[in-house]
Order: sequence, then C-alpha cells, then structure tokens
Amino acid sequence: MPSFSLVHLEFLGWAAMWTLGLSAIAFVGGGLVGFAVALMRISPFRGVRYAAIVYIQVVQGTPLLILLFLIYFGIAIVGFQEVPALIAAGIGLTIYSSGFLAEIWRGCLESVPKTQWEAAECLALTPWQRMTRVILPQAIRIATPPTVGFLVQIVKNTSLASVVGFVELAQAGKLINNSIFEPFTVFMVVAAIYFAICFPLSTWSRRLERKLNVSRR
Amino acid sequence: MTYQFDFSSLLAYWPEFLQGAWLTLQLSAVSTVAGFIVGTLCAIGRSDGPPWVKFLVGSYVEIIRNTPLLVQVFIVYFGIATLGVRVSANTAAVVALVVNVGAYTCEIVRAGLESVHKSQLEAADCLGLSKPQIYWHVVIRPAIERVYPALTSQYVLLMLASSITSQISAEELTAVANRIQSDTFRSFETYIVVGIIYLALSFVVRIALWLFGLAVFVRKRKLGTAL
Repeated sequence: MPSFSLVHLEFLGWAAMWTLGLSAIAFVGGGLVGFAVALMRISPFRGVRYAAIVYIQVVQGTPLLILLFLIYFGIAIVGFQEVPALIAAGIGLTIYSSGFLAEIWRGCLESVPKTQWEAAECLALTPWQRMTRVILPQAIRIATPPTVGFLVQIVKNTSLASVVGFVELAQAGKLINNSIFEPFTVFMVVAAIYFAICFPLSTWSRRLERKLNVSRR
Repeated sequence: MTYQFDFSSLLAYWPEFLQGAWLTLQLSAVSTVAGFIVGTLCAIGRSDGPPWVKFLVGSYVEIIRNTPLLVQVFIVYFGIATLGVRVSANTAAVVALVVNVGAYTCEIVRAGLESVHKSQLEAADCLGLSKPQIYWHVVIRPAIERVYPALTSQYVLLMLASSITSQISAEELTAVANRIQSDTFRSFETYIVVGIIYLALSFVVRIALWLFGLAVFVRKRKLGTAL
C-alpha cells in the first residue's frame, strides 16, 4: 500500500488553492449581500428592517450544512441541471457569510455616534453623501478587525463544501485517506494547512484590534 | 418550475425527526457543560498559570480556533481508532465538540477574567477574604456573569455546528435527514423541514440559556444591570 508522499502533498496544495478561491468568492459575494442587508437592517422603514432581521435570524439559526444541502438540491429543482459544485458551494457560503457580515457591519454602522449622522444631515448632505463621506470612513475603521476575524470563519467553513462534492482541502484529505488509509497523517497535514492559512489572519485581526483600541483610548 | 412539493411523504417520519432533534439537543447539552468546564479551567490556566501552562493552553486555543471543526472531527474519530480504542461515532462526536468549544469558551472566559479590575482584588484582600474566596466570589463569578451573553451565542453556534458530526455518522438530526432523504427522494423538502427544526432548536437553546442565566445570576436579576 502506498503511503503519504509528495504526490499527495501536491494534491493537497492544489486543493488548498480551491479553498482559498471559494473563500474569496464567499467573502466578496457575502460582503456585497451582507452590506446591503446591513443597510436594510438600519433602514428607517419598518418593513425593510424586519425583512433584514428575519433574513439574519434564519441564516444564523440554521446550520451551514443544511443551507448547502438546500441549495444543492434547490438548484436542480429550479431547473438547472449539472451545475458545477463550485457554484452551489459559492452560493451557499455567500448566503451564510452575508448573514453574519450583515450583523457585524450593522453593529459597526451603529457604533458611529448618532451626532455624526445628525451633523451630516444639518450640513444638508444627501443620504448618499452622508453614508460615503461621513459614516463609512469611520465605520470601516471599526469594522476591519471583526471582518478579518470572520474571514477565518469563512476559510474554515469552506470545508463543509465537501458535502456538495466540491474538492477543496477537506474533501481532498478524504479522497487521499480513501486511497491510502492513513487518516491520522492525512488529516493532521490538512489541519496544518488550514492552520497556515487561518493563523496569520487571526493574528492580523488581533493586531488591528489592538491598534484600534490604542487610537481610541 | 414544474416541481411538485410533497411534504406528506415525510409525515410518516416524524418520530425519527424528533429523535434526531433530541439527540442533537443531548449532544449539545453534554458538549456545552463539558466544554464550559474545560474552557473555564483553561482560561484560569492561561491567565494565572505558570508559563508552561500558559503556552500549552495558548497553543491549544490557537490550533483549535484556526482549523475547521470538520477536520477536528475526523482527527478525533479516526485518531482514537488508530490508538486502538474503538468508540462509537456519538462518543467521538462529543469528544470533538468538547475539544472545539472548550477553546472558544476559554477565550471568552479569559476576556471576562481580564475585565475584573485590580482594585476589586485589592478591596477583597483588604476585607480579609482568602485566596480561593477571592477567586470564586470576586473573579470567576462576576467574570462569567459579564461574558454570559457571548457564551450563549457560542453555545447556540455549537448546537448548529453539531450537524457537522453527521459526517462521521453520529445519529443526530442532520444524519437522520440524510437517511430520510435517501429513503424518500424528497431531498429538498427534507432539508426544509430540518432547517425549520434547527431554527426552532436555536430559539429553544437561546431561551433555555437565558432562563438559566436568570436563575444563576441572582444579583443581575435583582438589580437589572450589567456588572
């Protein structure tokens, strides 16, 4: 029986690229949708606000695994056959991360003091100007550390895309394990690669947080 | 869209859904309690222990928080088997969940421990409290009271994350769903039902933890303020 070798490591390396790609899709897609939902969440219209609250509650209250299954089987029902696993996984992770990013960013938008909103309005700025010139520049500073922290969650959760047949790092580990049956070695290496991706992000997030705290003190 | 939704064929399976949900709750409850104990001990070790304990706990926390639960579950399940001990999937699932949530709890509780002001310790010292008394009454209890909301969210996430243990065929709700959908070929409907059950469970867990908080943190209940 062959044992764990460089060939397997190379395979895992490629799979790690897919993990990164899927994470990027989830972050960009989730960021766009999440930002829209965050804005809806603080909208002056009650109906819009409630819609956003329900969306966030549903996404945060169901496991990502179930979400992925629903999309995987749902796409077929809507009438698309043979959809690449990357699309299914990308949509699932986009919805998942939008639900969490919306709630994170809502907090950041609301943590900009109310007086800033009022002052912008007194200066007769349009809502668009108020958001882009006054609120966002301040909110982004507050939002950066938790957003980077959530990136770690996204990278880790791409491992669940394996259930819809997407070959990323965790799935590649499973495949290799099926062929050589050295589960301990294989998954330790897989875990080490995940760690190598996530640890710098966590450290970065923590450093940003510390920097932000100092500037506020 | 020509798809005909058919939830009626799932009706016969309601006892299995219920059983899966029950096992999910049991898994989560056991992991929450054990994870809380592990996490709190680690937090104490990380903030007040000797350097080597700090290093060990720090590494444990960082390794767990920067690797996916799915991989941890595989390592525990297959790793225990490699050691020659045969355990059921459910046991392996609980072990993996405890190891996982212990690390997160450790970080949360540590934040609470660090938020206890030094003057509180000095005041307790002046009142002649003994070291264990100080630790219990002045440090740990207020610290946990302060971070309790964060712990609550973490344990709700744990309940949802327990779905991942279906990958090693622990017989919880998601695994039950996987089996039912392959029996009935009503995949979409099955996962909608299970999604709704999870949603309901997350509300149940949230409310249960909130009530537990009310019962345990008497001071907070009476004064109605955060510490």
